[in-house]
Parts: sequence; structure tokens; C-alpha cells
Amino acid sequence: MSVITLNTTTCYHCGNDCTDDEYVIDDKDFCCHGCKEVYSILSKSGLNNYYCYNDHPGANRAKTDPKLDYLLEPSIVKDLVEYADEDVTIVTFYIPHIHCSSCIWLLEQLNRLKPAIYYSRVDFLRKQVNIRFNNTEINLKGVVELLDLIGYEPLISLQDIVKNQVFSKKDDLVRKIAVAGFCFGNVMLLSFPEYLGFSAHDASFKYFFGWLNLVFTLPVTFYSGWGYMRSAYTNLRNKVLNIDFPLALGIAVLFIRSWIEIITNTGAGFVDTLCGLIFFLLIGKFVQRKTYYHLSFERDYRSFFPVAVQVLSEEGEKHVPLANLKVGQRIRVRHQEIIPADAILLKGDARVDFSFVTGESVPVNKTLGEVIYAGGRQMGGAIELDVVKPVSQSYLTRLWNNEAFNRNQDDRIETFNQKVSKYFSVVLLVIAIGSFLYWMPSDMHRAIASLTAVLIIACPCALALSTPFTMSAALGIFDRNFFYLKNAAVVEQIAAIDTIVFDKTGTISIAGASNVDLAGQLTAEEKDAVSAVCANSSHPLSQLICQYLGPANRDTHVDIYNEITGNGITAQVNGKSLKLGNGKFVLDVGDTKVADNGSLVHILIDNKYRGYFTIKHQYREGVYDMRKLRSDYNLYLLSGDHNHERSNLASVFGNVGAMYFEQSPQAKLDFISDLQQQGNKVMMVGDGLNDAGALKQSDAGIAVTDNVNNFSPGSDAILDGRSLAKLPAFLKFSKDALHVVYASFVISLLYNLIGLSFAVMGKLSPVVAAILMPLSTVTIITFTSLATHLAAKKRKLL
Amino acid sequence: MSIIYFLIGCSVLLALVFLVAFFWAQSDGQHDDMYTPSVRILLDDKPAEEIEK
Repeated sequence: MSVITLNTTTCYHCGNDCTDDEYVIDDKDFCCHGCKEVYSILSKSGLNNYYCYNDHPGANRAKTDPKLDYLLEPSIVKDLVEYADEDVTIVTFYIPHIHCSSCIWLLEQLNRLKPAIYYSRVDFLRKQVNIRFNNTEINLKGVVELLDLIGYEPLISLQDIVKNQVFSKKDDLVRKIAVAGFCFGNVMLLSFPEYLGFSAHDASFKYFFGWLNLVFTLPVTFYSGWGYMRSAYTNLRNKVLNIDFPLALGIAVLFIRSWIEIITNTGAGFVDTLCGLIFFLLIGKFVQRKTYYHLSFERDYRSFFPVAVQVLSEEGEKHVPLANLKVGQRIRVRHQEIIPADAILLKGDARVDFSFVTGESVPVNKTLGEVIYAGGRQMGGAIELDVVKPVSQSYLTRLWNNEAFNRNQDDRIETFNQKVSKYFSVVLLVIAIGSFLYWMPSDMHRAIASLTAVLIIACPCALALSTPFTMSAALGIFDRNFFYLKNAAVVEQIAAIDTIVFDKTGTISIAGASNVDLAGQLTAEEKDAVSAVCANSSHPLSQLICQYLGPANRDTHVDIYNEITGNGITAQVNGKSLKLGNGKFVLDVGDTKVADNGSLVHILIDNKYRGYFTIKHQYREGVYDMRKLRSDYNLYLLSGDHNHERSNLASVFGNVGAMYFEQSPQAKLDFISDLQQQGNKVMMVGDGLNDAGALKQSDAGIAVTDNVNNFSPGSDAILDGRSLAKLPAFLKFSKDALHVVYASFVISLLYNLIGLSFAVMGKLSPVVAAILMPLSTVTIITFTSLATHLAAKKRKLL
Repeated sequence: MSIIYFLIGCSVLLALVFLVAFFWAQSDGQHDDMYTPSVRILLDDKPAEEIEK
């Protein structure tokens, strides 16, 4: 038998490939010092079980430690913690890495690592951990450091999503359903004898059951159903007829007629119908409200910007909360930190990555005295800046002052339900009053009976339920395909659009991923030399070339290295002189032409031209299929980037007028609102902060992201990058969902017609109402979920 | 047959007890996190020395 040996070992902690074999303890391999460190901490505290529940549960710890000094500043701590007194502090952190049972286990054992932490409890779906600790023995910074040490770095942002969720959950829909369900069940039980008919000597029961039923109508109407009354009233005052009006009318009539019938002992009332109606309506409301705990649709720049800024003054350094940053203050920004406000560079070597702002990922060098716009990320050493504009008025953040961010998002599109219920209410009133007038001359009693019966039977319960149930089924389908909608109304918004605007970088091209190609021949030795040189540079192109060539042989020594920013590198490797860079730099010709399909890096070895690398941006799968959308939609491309790829994308977007490059965030927003002014319904597909304004302004803003837990700007929907290819199917499916709503509307109308034929005759018996109402509801629920799933199958989304 | 009055009273009272119990659970936050407890119950409190897989 042959023994198979694995050549590559994977890290015991995080599961990455181990390239080095120097990190070994207890016969376990680790990929880096950080991972090994975590293991040794855990094994010392007897927490090895962490590795038993799952393989490689840890997060890679190769990166450097974050700077947490700002957590010592009392004013910042105050904003972050939920509760604090002399000795106990309670805080909730959002930790993106929480992903498996090991994470839950370890985070709930924090007490064994630091006894000062009394209590820690994980909420897995929200990826949060609630921690209570003794603040005389450990401070907030200590807790965060501990979490970071074991590989669970919390994401701390000013726009604290943790707190927002806590406060927005004040809603008692579930309680209302519980009350309605309780009453509905009891009332059904008490009404059943009535359906079969009482014999003469049981008549006293009839009276008793009737009165008991009336007691149940009180909580149902005045607690569970009260929302409909209130909403109908406010809408009437605003001269709007929405679906709540006929519903409230139905509820009121059911309530009043039941009381009168039972008190005067003239009938059994419609208590069962009343309770059932409110119960089903609330269920519909509940179904419609789908929440993605791990997603946030409301983030703005504050979740991206640092919580605190290091301010330098004569008294020394101080961490100041972002909101308190003032013009004229001198700030220090370190490697990988974001520049929070427009500022003048005073000291240091600024290489700023503006990919949030422009989509262009190549860092830009700035000279002393130059203004650096907010939103850039410093790549390199620490720099010192002088703030010239407040945070909220800076280049990128100014975008959030636009009115697009302040208007109410809910009424952008009139939903089908809103459109229909206007007419529905009018027709309903006409029929009700008509039948009343018809019977009035001959039989006053029958006239009132028919008036109330019409209002009861035509109460659009099934209609009110068709949209929630269809849309929640559709949301479930989208969800399976990694397309997360903010709420059910977004389905209708998507179905209504006729224009789609795409962002480029990060949206249709994968940020970071590129195709590297070498034109020309290099020997293995030369490749090593190029790779070794590129490894010294942090320029993205160098990094890509380095990845493409693989790590250099260990014997390759870079003797002289000189990087000329914005141009290229000269170096001496193993006695050979190398020159890498753009055409002007390497070939010394005035040719600054950039290749259409990406960037070129020329190679000169020992003064001989050896060829060049072409580095193409890579598009997401299915981008070229988007051209099929052109028959039904207007397509536009809006990019903050240069126009290198215009010709590549022309086959998708067609004529030149559809592609716009070098667009600022504000220009993107304006472009969308121009399209809207021409009467188009616009969908924006984008990512990153630079699209935030356009996403908000559009009728349906879709944020594309590779990792849904990462930052994505405020939007109506979040689309996982893997599913971008399914966008055409999503668009078609949203229209199908709308058709299902139309069809179920017709069905509920049919039921209403049957009921009305009884009602206008004034002959509606409680039994008929009690059967028709649940029957129509069940039909609608079954029909909508079946039809939605069939439609999904047809679009290959299931 | 008047026993039915008593029985109905009992049944409504019992149902009310359940309703109140549900309210209590709701306000106590027992329905805030519907997923994590299902995982937590499978984890050991005190780890056995290195569970062998």
C-alpha cells in the first residue's frame, strides 16, 4: 500500500496554507505567528475544545494589531457602552468573524481568559456578543484587546448599528397576534354550537356564549385591530383612501353589528369573523416583515470612518471623537487609516488610496501643502494634516447633506395595493349604499342588514393578504440566491424600473482581481528577479505581478532598490539591472498612452527591452450577458475610474452615450436624478461610498458586495457579487411576482362577488361569513406561495 | 348541564394563563435570539480534556 503524503499543510487555527514550517507547537502547524499565538493562549487556558467543534475555526491573525488607544478616552467610551456604573460595564460588540459553533463556545468562555469579565453571551444571527465586565479590573480597551488577541476583532463604528437595533425593536406586533390568536381560538370554540343550532332547552347557553364572545371582541378590536382604525383615520384626514379604510370599516361594522345582535338577542353576531379577520391580517403583516439581522441597509460614511481621530495640540496628543473635530486642528493619520476630513498635508509621505471615492484603487501620491480629500486611506507611514473643513462638509461626506438622504423612502413608488384600494373603497361604498337605498322603501330592517353585510363581506382581507404573502415568498426566493431585499416593497420597486445604471469597479469588475499576462519571454532567473523587485513595492500593479510570478527563489537578492512614484522601479538584482514601469519611464519615449484594456508594465533588463505585462481588470461572471437587458432596459455605466476599459464594455453598454467615466460621487447622484426627471424609473447597481448618493437617489438602489457582512452603503437591496449574473432573472422574477399579486386580486374579487350576492339580499348568515372569510384567506395563501415558487422555477432561481 | 359554565370558565382561565406566560417570555427577551440557544445546547460546559475527533 502506498502512503499518500500531503505536500501542503494547513494552519490548525485558520485553515490557510502554511508556506513556512517554522510555526509548530504540539505537532500542530500554523501559518503565521499570530495564529500560533492564539493557539497557545487558548491551550494555556484549557480552551482547546475550540478546535474540536469545527475544523480551523479561527480568523487569520497575520495582520497587524489595530490601534485602540482611543478606547481610553471617556467621551468615546460613553458612546459605545450600553450601561456603566462604578464597577460594572455592559457593552455589545458586533464581531464579523462569528461564523460557527466554536465561535459561540469560545466567546462565552471569556471569563476563563479574564476573570474580570463576568458574562458574555453571543447572538449568532446578529453576530453580536454582549459582555459584562468589572470596570475596576479591566477597561474597555482591555476587553477589545482580548477579543482581538483571540482573533475576534470587533467592528466599532460611530454609527452604532448595535444600538440602533436595540431601539428599533419596540413593536408589539407579536403580542397583538398572540392576543388575536387567543381570542380567535376561544371564539371559534364558543361559536361552534351556534353553527349546529341550539335546541330549545339549551337557549340559556346561547346567551352565555354570546356574551362571552362579546368580551373577546374587546381586546381584539381595541388592542390588536386598533392600528387599522388609527391608520384609516389618519389617512382619511390626509385625504388618502388606502386599504386600511375598507378594513377598518369592516372591523367597525362587524364589532357594532355583533354587539347589537347579541344584546338585543336577535342573532349570533359575527364575532368569529371579526377575530379571524384581525388574526389573519396581523399574520400577513408579520410575514411581510422579514429582517436580516446580519445586514444593515442604512449605513452611511460614519460606519466607515474612524471613531476617533488623533489630534495634536500643544498639550500633546489626544483622541477626539470624529464629530468634535474642528477646522484648524492638526491631526495624525497612520497607515491604513482613513482621512476623516478635507485637510492640508503638513508632514509625512502621503500615499492615499481613493478607492472609496473614485473606485480607482491605485494609490495617489500627495505633496506637502496639498489638500487631501476626506475618504482616502493612507497607505504608508504616519502623516500629519491640518483640517480645513468640518467632517460633515468635506468632499465625500457632503454627499450626505443632499436632500436624497432626507426624504422619505417609503413612498417612492405607488404600490399596486395603494392604486387598487382607492377604487375598491369607492366601489364598495357605492354597492353598500346602493343596496341600502334599494331595500329602504320596502323594508328598513333588511336595508340595514344588507348595508352592514356588504361592508362585512367585502372587507378586503384576502386582498390585503395577497401582497404580503406573495412578496414574502419572493423575498425568500431572492434570499436563496444571495439577493437580500430591505423589505417587500422593494420587489415592486424593482419590477417598475426601466433604466439600469451600473458602477464599474467593484460592481461589474471584481475589486482586486485582475488578469496578468506577460508579453515576451523571460527566463526563470529573470522572473525571480522581477518578482523579488516587485515584492518590495506596495503598488497594486507590483503586487499583482508578484502574485502572477509567484514568490522568488531565496537566492535572489535585491541589492539596489529605488521606486520612483507614479513611474516605476529601478533595481539591481544579482548583478543585473532592472527597470520596471510605465512606457515613459522605461522606454524613455514620450508615449504615455495607456492600453485600452488595462495597464501596461514594461520590463527592461540590462538595458534590453524584454516585453511587458498587461494587467486587465476582471469582470464578474455574467457581465457580458447584461447586453440582453438592453432590449428591455436602458443601460448606463457610471464609473469614477479612467476610461481604459471603454472598448471592453462597449459590447455590453452599446453606444458611446451610455458610458461615463471619471464621475465624482455628486455627479453620479445628479446623473440619476436627471434620468428621473426625464421620467425614467432608475435602478442603480453600485458598491462603495462613492455610489452612496446614486444608490439613495435611485428608485431602487442595489449594493453589490463580495462579503455581505462587510460594509455596504445604504441601499434598498444587497446583492452578493456571485449572483450578479442572475440579475436579469431577478428582474423578470420581480415582474412575475407582481403578476401573482394581480391574479390573487382577481381570486379575492371572485370570493367577494359570491359573498356580495348573499349580502345585497340582506341574507348573510354568520355561518356563511365565517366560512367564506377563512376559505378565501387559505386560497390566497396557497395560491400565492405555489405561484411564486412556480415562477421562480421558470426563472431558474430555485 | 350547568357544569359547562364551570368548564368553560376553567378553559378560558387556562388559556389566559398561557397567554400571560407568552407575554412574560416575550418581555423577558426569550424570543430575541431564536437561533443561538439551539447551538449552545450542544456545547459542553466543562470541556473534556481534548475531545478526540
